[in-house]
Amino acid sequence: MLTPTEWQIVALSIRVGLVAMAVTLPLAFALAWLLARATFPGKLLVDAVVHLPLVVPPVVTGWVLLILFAPSGPIGHWLDHAFGVSVLFRWTGAAIAAGVMALPLMVRAMRLSIEAVDRRLENAARTLGAGRWRVFRTITLPLSLPGVAAGLVLGFARGLGEFGATITFVSNVPGETQTLPLAIYSALQQPGGDALVWRLSAISVALSLAALIVSELLVRRAGRGQGGV
Amino acid sequence: MAFDLRLTKQIGETRIDFALEAGEGATVLFGPSGAGKTSVLNMIAGLLRPDAGHVRVSGETLFDAAAGIDVPPERRRAGYVFQEARLFPHQRVRDNLRYGAPGRHADFDEIGFLGIAHLLDRWPPTLSGGEARRVAIGRALLGAPAFLLLDEPLSSLDRARREEILAAIEHIRDVVRLPILMVTHDAGEADRIGTRIVAMG
Repeated sequence: MLTPTEWQIVALSIRVGLVAMAVTLPLAFALAWLLARATFPGKLLVDAVVHLPLVVPPVVTGWVLLILFAPSGPIGHWLDHAFGVSVLFRWTGAAIAAGVMALPLMVRAMRLSIEAVDRRLENAARTLGAGRWRVFRTITLPLSLPGVAAGLVLGFARGLGEFGATITFVSNVPGETQTLPLAIYSALQQPGGDALVWRLSAISVALSLAALIVSELLVRRAGRGQGGV
Repeated sequence: MAFDLRLTKQIGETRIDFALEAGEGATVLFGPSGAGKTSVLNMIAGLLRPDAGHVRVSGETLFDAAAGIDVPPERRRAGYVFQEARLFPHQRVRDNLRYGAPGRHADFDEIGFLGIAHLLDRWPPTLSGGEARRVAIGRALLGAPAFLLLDEPLSSLDRARREEILAAIEHIRDVVRLPILMVTHDAGEADRIGTRIVAMG
């Protein structure tokens, strides 16, 4: 069905998306929890910074990443020094771009699901002898899990579609950083690339649609309560 | 002395200033809605921090503002039955009942008098109001509490269900012999359960 080239593009996109989610999940959940539950000075600022990638032009986000991760940049210098690696022009860099761009969506979905957990249930658990950590593990986390999963799927879909920050940050290297949207862009530049554009676009739409449906099902399940699991 | 309380708390416009010394049996806090009865229970359970005063139950100090003692709720051993059952919706009745006794053997025979043995595999959202209330009482008891706090345990139940719960509370008072502090706005319930009745508000 797919040609080897197309398959390589799809496989790379999925790998970039999955790795981006795996790395971003703990950070997104921690941020969501902080914003939902904690009160601290500068909370409004943290909230705003988390949402920046949603409103700043993606090219700017990509450029900021480039500055940070370039060999002379603060993170890039440290990576080079400590591990001898660079993420520039590498698929790992594409995953970082996808993760950063997906972060606001993930934090939003997870925050809502944490806020929806009934604090009175947590109080009941505490009177039954559960400390804060056990309450988190046995009440807060399982009750917010469908929303967390929905945020993850949504973030994955957003990561698959990432274009501006990726091409600015790690360029458009076939087989390394050329994910679906970048491949479509390249095909558009080539004479006679129409067929490829059609096929890759169809794959993109199918993947995104599947992710949105899964995410919606998870949210509905959360709304219905957990009975009958 | 089962309950030795001295509680002061300002919540918005309402000021709670409450003192109580009560012995064995069931003490009923009786008064209209909005008098702060539930807040008193929350302060005893450690879910609400008093501005000043102390909470001593059966000789143990759970809170003392002057001495800087504030035992966290999970170590107060309060069997708290809330006005809403507050069962964990993602756990079957069996696991709800066991929640307060992790790792220990929860002996469901102990709470046989509640008549909930047939509900163990059900999910909380499928229970009726009376069933949920009885499970909540069972869950509080299986947590091996040192005392029981009951917040309007008969509210929004029909006559037959009320009678079941009243009988269960009497059983806990007379057979299990746990100190009970119960909140109600119903004089009939107060008379029936209370070893002593304290008006509030």
